[in-house]
Amino acid sequence: MTQPLLEIRKLSAGPQDKPVLCDLNLTIAAGEVHAVMGPNGSGKSTLAGVLAGRPDYKVNTGSIQFQGEDLLELEPFERARKGLFLAFQYPIEIPGVSTMEFLKTAVESVRTARGEPPLSAVDFLKEAKAVACEVGLSDEFFKRSVNEGFSGGERKRSEIIQMAMLKPALGVLDEIDSGLDIDALQLLSKAVKAMHSANCGLLLITHYQRLLEYITPDRVHVLADGKIVKSGTHELALELEKQGYGWLTDSPDSK
Amino acid sequence: MKGRLGECNRFSMNKPLDQTQVAASSNPELDELLDRGYAPGFVTQIDSDTLAPGLSEEVVRFISKKKNEPDWMLQKRLKALGYWQKLEEPKWAHIRYDPIDYQAISYYSAPSSQKDRPQSLDEVDPELLKTYEKLGIPLHERARLAGVAVDAVFDSVSVATTFKQQLAEAGVIFCSISEAIQEHPDLVRKYLGSVVPYRDNFFAALNAAVFSDGSFVYVPKGVRCPMELSTYFRINAANTGQFERTLIIADESSQVSYLEGCTAPMRDENQLHAAVVELVALDSAKIKYSTVQNWYPGDEEGRGGIYNFVTKRGACVGAGSKISWTQVETGSAITWKYPSVILRGDDSVGEFYSVALTRHFQQADTGTKMVHLGRNTRSTVVSKGISAGRSQNTYRGRIRVSPTAAGARNYTQCDSLLLGSQCGAHTFPYIECGLPGALIEHEATTSKVSEQQLFLCQQRGIDPEQAVAMIVNGFCREVFQELPMEFAVEAGRLLAVSLEGAVG
Repeated sequence: MTQPLLEIRKLSAGPQDKPVLCDLNLTIAAGEVHAVMGPNGSGKSTLAGVLAGRPDYKVNTGSIQFQGEDLLELEPFERARKGLFLAFQYPIEIPGVSTMEFLKTAVESVRTARGEPPLSAVDFLKEAKAVACEVGLSDEFFKRSVNEGFSGGERKRSEIIQMAMLKPALGVLDEIDSGLDIDALQLLSKAVKAMHSANCGLLLITHYQRLLEYITPDRVHVLADGKIVKSGTHELALELEKQGYGWLTDSPDSK
Repeated sequence: MKGRLGECNRFSMNKPLDQTQVAASSNPELDELLDRGYAPGFVTQIDSDTLAPGLSEEVVRFISKKKNEPDWMLQKRLKALGYWQKLEEPKWAHIRYDPIDYQAISYYSAPSSQKDRPQSLDEVDPELLKTYEKLGIPLHERARLAGVAVDAVFDSVSVATTFKQQLAEAGVIFCSISEAIQEHPDLVRKYLGSVVPYRDNFFAALNAAVFSDGSFVYVPKGVRCPMELSTYFRINAANTGQFERTLIIADESSQVSYLEGCTAPMRDENQLHAAVVELVALDSAKIKYSTVQNWYPGDEEGRGGIYNFVTKRGACVGAGSKISWTQVETGSAITWKYPSVILRGDDSVGEFYSVALTRHFQQADTGTKMVHLGRNTRSTVVSKGISAGRSQNTYRGRIRVSPTAAGARNYTQCDSLLLGSQCGAHTFPYIECGLPGALIEHEATTSKVSEQQLFLCQQRGIDPEQAVAMIVNGFCREVFQELPMEFAVEAGRLLAVSLEGAVG
């Protein structure tokens, strides 16, 4: 059996005093697309935060293996360098730091850590512009401070640009589809789909199955009360769209 | 000898310069240097030409005579001394230090001779060299900065000669103030003390009595100075001493940009520094004065470090003139400094852009004064204070609008950034408005580098130290934009180096 990309075993974790996730298991094979759905407060964003190593989250028990390594032993920046990318639901502003400078610093750090040769300024710019164009942003965007004064849609686009430039092994997208109009959703979904490959798996956290119309998941999981209560194929997402989460969360034992 | 100043003459130059933790270097050149073990560095020699400690009329006469000054200069010095002797040291600043014993300081010391200096980089403290390396200072400059005997290293004389020739062709005078007193007495007599009179304050009076040396610049009518002027090009500038005096005059419609200091860490055997800088801008003249100050800040326990009490002021004497101060302050144990502008001419403009970073036990009380006298005068103040460790960082500003200043406008923005929980940021803005209808705006913010910002950076593969440096640089961007291009890049690196170890 080949080594999974991500293997979460019996994970209990959350903000310092209250473990939101309890006894969670999830395995993603290389290049797979998984979707995690679930009602508000079910622990979807907590899962994303724990994976990326949010400093205010604590892991009580359980393990996470990422490409065969103990993820929980790694600092957040080391996780990123190993290829774990989190697209934030609400990315924060960094005033005075241009998006270009931020992106360049990030790409340089990651490439150096991976033993890749540095990109020349020309190549970097070319690639960045191409990616921005793909998600419908002009070059002017790079001059603006990171997330400062960005609209909701611009923040999401910016996250996708960063992911495209950093080329992760696993992209965790936390509600990348929230707050987007239909055109923007289509554009971003296309961009995400283009990034997906045998070397780049996806964990899509979402409320809606609309995103999954563009990127077909290999597996769909329903998270409720910090546990995965049901897993299935794309069909499951369609069913949820029709019936809501009630039938699952009211009786978590029904499988 | 009492207090810290007692130690000042034994301020040995071979202590590690920067107390932050330094990671092992990957530079073979440096590794080789380090493998040679600890080089002796250079120990301050007490020159036979150094005056015994103490301040009196005899001392002032001695200094003036040593410099072969005309009688009018001596009289100026004596007047200042007489006034100073009646003064009390000011206590209003938000800083604390042991009392300074002014009679324990030596007020004249001849520049150290070439043979007393290290003869090559091999003799220089490796820690110092490491810091230069991190700041990206070119090899040939490191020697000069470390105080290596100049002629043993590179031929700086030729650089200076070319430079002087170009300036002479434009009619710009750029020399030491001592030289100017001899060669251009009329200009010095007319303007020295015209902006900062000896009666201005305690430290200005002290400086006026005992100033050692400094720079003099005169830019004639209609001339745009062909290059950025920098102390860098003034030979022996490194030894102007602790009581520096600078005078810059921009005649009608002229322009000049002056750079002071250096991002490289500077040490000095003198603990007390009391400099005075005067700028005079006549009709439509423009002066831009940029400073990067990185004097020894003391160690992480708060021992040692320079006391920097500076009076800097510019007078927009003529209509339509402009004076702009930009400063990046990261050094000194104590900084007491308020570069100001007197807006006398109608339509004149004053600007102050400042970044002050304090860490360990550093204390900075800095800001500006904008005095609006002429009509339609405008001023802008942008101050960025960054505090880390157990340091205290204070902005103190005064905006004064006189009844004569119809149409005056001021905009002040004061931002403080805190790193850690044991440091302090303070803001003391004073506004005196004698004119109904004047427009004065003041904005202030205090923030911390947030955990969320650090996490975002880390999630993109950026390590925490680099992330803090980047966030802080972003915070200072508005000020760095005002610096000449190369200086801005260096200032960014300087902040990054200064912030090492400030995380967590």
